[in-house]
Amino acid sequence: MPSLGADMTEGTLLEWLVRPGDRVDRGDIVAVVDTAKAAIEVECFETGTVEELLVEPGAVVPVGAPLAVIAPDAGAPDAGAPAGVPSAGAGEQQAEQHDRPIATPLVRRLAEAGGVDLAAVHGTGPGGRITKADVESAPHVSAGSEHPAEPAAAGPARARPGGHARSEPGPPAAAEGSGARIRATPMARRIAGEAGLDLALVRGSGADGAVRAADVRAALHPAETEEPQAVAEPPRTAGARAEAMRQAVGALMDRSKREIPHYYLSTTVDLAAAMRWLRERNRQLPVPDRLVPAALMLKAAAVAAREVPQLNGWWTDGFTPAPAVHLGVAVALRGGGLIAPAIHDAADLPLPELMAHLRDLVARARAGRLRGSETTDPSITVTSLGDQGVEAVFGVIYPPQVALVGLGKVVERPWASDGMLGVRPVVTATLSADHRASDGATGARYLSALDRLLQRPEEL
Amino acid sequence: MNQDQAEELVKEVLLEIVPDADLTSTDAQTDFRRELELDSMDFLTLVERLSVRAGCRIDEDDYPRMATLAGSAALLAERT
Repeated sequence: MPSLGADMTEGTLLEWLVRPGDRVDRGDIVAVVDTAKAAIEVECFETGTVEELLVEPGAVVPVGAPLAVIAPDAGAPDAGAPAGVPSAGAGEQQAEQHDRPIATPLVRRLAEAGGVDLAAVHGTGPGGRITKADVESAPHVSAGSEHPAEPAAAGPARARPGGHARSEPGPPAAAEGSGARIRATPMARRIAGEAGLDLALVRGSGADGAVRAADVRAALHPAETEEPQAVAEPPRTAGARAEAMRQAVGALMDRSKREIPHYYLSTTVDLAAAMRWLRERNRQLPVPDRLVPAALMLKAAAVAAREVPQLNGWWTDGFTPAPAVHLGVAVALRGGGLIAPAIHDAADLPLPELMAHLRDLVARARAGRLRGSETTDPSITVTSLGDQGVEAVFGVIYPPQVALVGLGKVVERPWASDGMLGVRPVVTATLSADHRASDGATGARYLSALDRLLQRPEEL
Repeated sequence: MNQDQAEELVKEVLLEIVPDADLTSTDAQTDFRRELELDSMDFLTLVERLSVRAGCRIDEDDYPRMATLAGSAALLAERT
């Protein structure tokens, strides 16, 4: 049971996504674990073959306890699968992995925007990953076409530029096995696979038309209730979840305030140049490509953290700088509580990619489908309460991190500059930092860098 | 699209974004961003979906008008 955040002591195994005999690669999502805060998809640490699952779904397991036994590769690529007669489960799993192209959310977006069927693209990146270049050089389905030649038509209910939103599944001929990617949750795939149901025939009710487990069950048993399955689901009610969340947040913040000697700095940043630049840029773009001011400020916060490495890392018996800026973003959950997953390498991401990651992360955080790697390693966190109307936020640091950046609401204020008084959009940026790891002068350098970067938005 | 149809569409999309929202008590003239605690990304999603489903262009300059149900519906009704 991996530690999926500094506040986690135990987790409930919700669901296995692999079975004994399955081949797994390092980084594959193998299980879903429920923490006090969210259901999190857990990646595998090793490559090999699953020998035994040690924990039943529903079991509560302390951090550090083994969940499964994975036999390392003996050299043969499919050592784990019995030759000739692989079990149905293993066969499906492998077929599914084969059919599901590996690509980042950005690449998926690019592909969707261009009408490219990812299943038909050959990935040239590491591990067969599909890169931006692969998508750009792939044959595009002409935008606006009602009947694209590719089975991508069976994809989710999503609008293409110049086209229109499809609300019905595509033709049955476009089955999963033919290479089209149907958006579906792992659980939905599993149930459909076991029942021999073609996912292309199921109408998805999830985000972006993704097929969810309930949709598959409804398709299989139109008249039946979900009673038998409800037993397998964790009996955690919304109320219990909210309570567990409060306790988890409370325990971590309690530790932070007990252990971390916080110091606080604040500055007001003139956003006239940034807002003007955003406005000009967004004017020329369709809605999905527009940037929100928060994305620009997050990028500046990440680049500033790279410039002031004393604030980017973790404190455990001393300071360990992080190798890159994994920017934690505090996401308020509807129904209460918050979670702060990381955007990896945020300082190096071009703005449109950062924006895409941000939207994806916020959506998944709220839908309860984060990945373990996103919740474990933020190196500095940003909390932004501007949308809730407050001008400044002095945050509590997430241990073991050493700094937290707070962004308030963008407001218009009288502003003196070059001896002239004018009205400008401004934001109050604050820094809470760990005095064991840095001094006020270092923190001041950080906020100055943030200010300077936001004066040149075109370079971000 | 008339004003009523447009208002229904706005409500439909709002419910997709905030599934447990109670829109029956939302006044057509109040700022639903504040009432439903929409953040800037939720709002962008709203604009994106309205623009696609109503088949009209929505610019950033239109955002201030779209803060209320009545304002959003009027804008969509004008453009479609």
